[in-house]
Amino acid sequence: MEQHVIQYQTVHFNLNGKDVERTVDVRASLTDMLRNDFRMTSVKKGCEVGECGACTVIIDGEAFNSCIYLAVWAEGKHITTLEGLLGPNGELSDIQQAFVEEAAIQCGFCTPGFILTAWEILESGKEYTDAELRKLLSGHLCRCTGYENILRAVKKTMYKRLGKELPKT
Amino acid sequence: MSKSVGKSVVRVDAYEKATGRAKYTDDLCDRSALIVKICHATIAHGYVKSIDTSAAREIPGVVKVLTCFDVPDIPFPTAGHPWSTDPAHQDVADRLLLNRHVRYYGDEIAVVIAEDEISAVQGVRALQVEYEELPFVLDVQEAMKDGAPQLHEKYPNNILAHTDIRKGDYETARQEPGLIKVEGWYDTPTVQHCHIENHGCFAYEEAGRIVVVTSTQIPHIVRRVVGQALGIPWGKVRIIKPYIGGGFGNKQDALYEPLCAWCSTQVGGRLVKLECTREETFVSNRVRHAIRTHIISYVRKDGTLVARKFEAFSNQGAYASHGHGIVAKGMGAFPQLYPCDNLECDCWTVFTNRPSAGAMRGYGIPQAMFAGECHIDDICKAIGMTPLEFRRKNLMPVGYTDGFSKNELYSDTFNQCMDKGMAAIDYLRKYEQYQNQTGPIRRGVGLAVFWYNTAVWPISLESSSCRMVVNQDGSLQFQTGETEIGQGCDTAYSQMVADAVGVPLENVHVVSSQDTDVTPYGTGAYASRQTYIGGFSIMQTATALRERILRIAHDQTRMPVSNLDLVDGNIVRKSDGRVLKTLGDLATEALYSLTDSQHITAETTAQIKSNAYSFGCSFAEVEVDIPMCKVKLLNMVNVHDCGTLVNPALAEAQVHGGMSMAIGYGLSEELKFDEKTGKPLNNNLLDYKLSTFMDHPDLQAEFVENAEPTSPYGTKALGEPPACSGAPAIRNAIFQATGVAIDQCPITPHVLYRKFKEAGLIED
Amino acid sequence: MYDMKALYQARDVADAVSLRLAHPEAQIIAGGSDVLVQMREGKRAGKELISIYGLDELRGVKMEEDGTIRIGSLASFSHITRDPLIQQYLRVLGEAVDQVGGPQIRNIGTIGGNTCNGVTSADSASTLFAYDAVIELTGPEGVRRTPIGDFYLRAGKVDIRPGEIQTGILIAKESYENTFGHYIKYAMRNAMDIATLGTSVNVRLSADRKTVERARVAFGVAGPIPLRAVTAEAAAAGKPVSEELAAQFAQAVKEDINPRDSWRAARDFRMHIAVESARRAFLESVKLAGGEL
Repeated sequence: MEQHVIQYQTVHFNLNGKDVERTVDVRASLTDMLRNDFRMTSVKKGCEVGECGACTVIIDGEAFNSCIYLAVWAEGKHITTLEGLLGPNGELSDIQQAFVEEAAIQCGFCTPGFILTAWEILESGKEYTDAELRKLLSGHLCRCTGYENILRAVKKTMYKRLGKELPKT
Repeated sequence: MSKSVGKSVVRVDAYEKATGRAKYTDDLCDRSALIVKICHATIAHGYVKSIDTSAAREIPGVVKVLTCFDVPDIPFPTAGHPWSTDPAHQDVADRLLLNRHVRYYGDEIAVVIAEDEISAVQGVRALQVEYEELPFVLDVQEAMKDGAPQLHEKYPNNILAHTDIRKGDYETARQEPGLIKVEGWYDTPTVQHCHIENHGCFAYEEAGRIVVVTSTQIPHIVRRVVGQALGIPWGKVRIIKPYIGGGFGNKQDALYEPLCAWCSTQVGGRLVKLECTREETFVSNRVRHAIRTHIISYVRKDGTLVARKFEAFSNQGAYASHGHGIVAKGMGAFPQLYPCDNLECDCWTVFTNRPSAGAMRGYGIPQAMFAGECHIDDICKAIGMTPLEFRRKNLMPVGYTDGFSKNELYSDTFNQCMDKGMAAIDYLRKYEQYQNQTGPIRRGVGLAVFWYNTAVWPISLESSSCRMVVNQDGSLQFQTGETEIGQGCDTAYSQMVADAVGVPLENVHVVSSQDTDVTPYGTGAYASRQTYIGGFSIMQTATALRERILRIAHDQTRMPVSNLDLVDGNIVRKSDGRVLKTLGDLATEALYSLTDSQHITAETTAQIKSNAYSFGCSFAEVEVDIPMCKVKLLNMVNVHDCGTLVNPALAEAQVHGGMSMAIGYGLSEELKFDEKTGKPLNNNLLDYKLSTFMDHPDLQAEFVENAEPTSPYGTKALGEPPACSGAPAIRNAIFQATGVAIDQCPITPHVLYRKFKEAGLIED
Repeated sequence: MYDMKALYQARDVADAVSLRLAHPEAQIIAGGSDVLVQMREGKRAGKELISIYGLDELRGVKMEEDGTIRIGSLASFSHITRDPLIQQYLRVLGEAVDQVGGPQIRNIGTIGGNTCNGVTSADSASTLFAYDAVIELTGPEGVRRTPIGDFYLRAGKVDIRPGEIQTGILIAKESYENTFGHYIKYAMRNAMDIATLGTSVNVRLSADRKTVERARVAFGVAGPIPLRAVTAEAAAAGKPVSEELAAQFAQAVKEDINPRDSWRAARDFRMHIAVESARRAFLESVKLAGGEL
């Protein structure tokens, strides 16, 4: 068997508002680094090939599947995991609260990723149609909810942030 | 008196899950764990002649390589059924921890245990396996033929089981002049549960016992199976179940817990972790049985069913798992849903060289409803009756009682559900509007009903245990063996406990995790039994706890028990309604009493010898783009009578999820195999077409609440029923739109292309 | 963890070229949404990787002096869709790449990676074929440009030579000017899917919008690599706009395409869908161009 030397690299980035650095095996995915080195267990592994969205994190304002993102690429980036959305006293952000209120959570395994993508959508400050929201959220699979209450939660928060009434359906 | 039950309270685990703090199996595993990777067979049938492990053992990081030549020769069963002390009713024990006789492409034949994942994966890749290949068979009816490849010695023609139902005289009845014969064959696919958390577990030894932390629905059953598989006393096994990321029946089997436990014992009890990849989950866990169903109905012109024949062939795959229970349940629905005096029903469960089929949401009913409800619309077409009229005339009438289960239809459920669904989707108007369309784009509405019964009595044991422990502040913990798997039973149970004991909901703390060392015995989450079965043990235990509290209250207040009540966490004198003290004060005084210290607890086991029908229906509206061979689902409504709703918001959410599964079943999901090799072709979430956010219309859930008289809370099955009738409703909508009767699901563009071509709707 | 032998991270294009020369067996990785998946599957396990993901100089869309639109090879799909130049001049390309996978994949996936994979199903490829895109490669001898039709050699194989990396995709003004196009991704799901068939049409109408001056159509998954249906294009050129022309145009694509039978879809089914998609995409393009039917 061919031997090789394991390469390590020190990565500096901002995680949930705090500058951090870690020396990681270059073979690590961002999921590996966040879960193993930072114990960010909200970052879930559902397929590890970018097909389910459970490992989604926000990198410089955009949602990425951390499973198919090399840890070393985090260098210089601002990364937000679900842990980063919580207030200092454990307060839920508006979108988390909406997931709770709309019964958009069942087994909870897809939830962190969904909330982060929803957060990216909401941060745009734009008003989207249902069809647009469905498309923007379509990088996540969920087997429990039929997506219905997740849509309701995102919509409700979007209108709230826009200062508008939630349209009656 | 009910204060909490019936309200849409927020899930008790919502905060943990909304913050990502809820801990699932892998989140709890120490990073020092050795990693187990499985070597899966790359032939569909044959024997492992040898495995050369030398190259694998030389890989740095590889700790141990174990093969099918190393495992104990103890066949074990895996089904998540309660054990039967009667050997005739025990599950089939037909697999070893690692199998030398390979029975499907993906069978586990060896493991590599390594210090890290990559070394383990490299180790598996470095194994040199030599096979003796045998012919294989994937098709269920081919497998039954004489001379077909044999999977298990004890089962000639691969038939695991055959059962039948006979009523009246089918052969004579069908001779009646003027009857219209309607015949169809209906195929349903192999599909997978696709919970987003793959199955995984870790194991270690502690104090001479083996501990397994696992993503399972059935911790107490897994404990028994691990004991059986390893040939060790069951008390030497401890299973811990944390939060799980969905199960849907796949985790109602002992999956890799026995293997993982055994691996730990082979490395001196060190911590080992075995996590399935998505690709393994698809193939080497469990799948839904593909069932081929043949139905013949002899019908009078007025819609009277005179004689009916039902044959179902259930593709079991390689190992028995839940086996015949699935198709037998489906067949059981047939005589009941549309009663008919003359019946011949047979069903077979047959081994093939495919992944093992086990439990999956609906347990045979989605297959049976697809065949049965498609067939009903085929009858309607043949005799010129509307689907609604026919169902109104023939569906199980109020008062119908099943002789075996003693289940009774107490209310006019079917008509109530159909009426509600019709109103929701504007069925009658659309049905008229969509008759006799022409042109490339057409619409249709379809209807299908479903039959389901709650829990497993009288086929198996039904029991549930509950423990309640009162704290010094008057709050309480409770535990049951029934598991939270995402469906929300922790919340529903908390509501039930609050009301039954007489304490505010916020003072009720559910112990969500099951630990077989600590949690009272319960068989777990399956058969949509949670609220029904759990309700009995909660009510019984709450009653015992209240009695004990009120006796102590009598000691502390001198009032007779008959004049005391526990309301909202207060001891109340019934005669004048005065609050005598809080439960907290009572509990504190009782616990720290220097004369009569008492820890206030209660624990009981309820055995349940009843069962309940849970019925409803689906309506679907579709738009069919004929030239593009595409179906767009425009609207879907499910209506359920699951009795009294414990938590309406969570019930609605449950129904959405089931509808989603039904949409995939009807339109897109199928695990495919290469006919030449038996290799699975699409065992990943890209190629297996689980419906996405963009493949759904808004989903509408409606309820009819006829309180179930046998349940202490008036409740019955809701977990599985939502997945049962959606697919045939979609098919029947396509039928109305196009006049093309599709006889299989999923109804993909590939299927529509062939069918539309046959029907002359498209030409090239 | 990925089973890679080594990772080399390029600092700039010149460094990437040196790394390519120093490690000829290494696989280039851009966004990784294909390469890492293959590595996970075991197909590329144990290989060395050269990461060019950090080369910001290869991102962005620009217009060159002669009106050529230059898309940096590392431009992500989502950035291409949102780009003002693309929205103004090559809207159909933005729409096509907006149908790749799901949003997270569109944030990581790059147009360079999409084309360098050499797969026929790439959502960007048919539109790039239909616009006669030119692939720019930078290597030890400098910059080399090649028409996209020549860049694709065979299934999974493109013309990247030792030491080269793809640095840009160019679309000439003559090609996109005054054209309107429509892409139809035919897939089994509405998101997170690969194309069963991809059809990209664009048309240029006469000044009075009554005649087709030029029509182009390219397909993905209608052959081992993306391809143009030149017979159909010729059949439409110079003809008056009509429903009948759309049908003739669509039928003519059968002369040019050669889809295969696979477990994903049968040949005859793909042929059928190709004809219908070509018809619909043609009609939609004509409408976008202001043609009346």
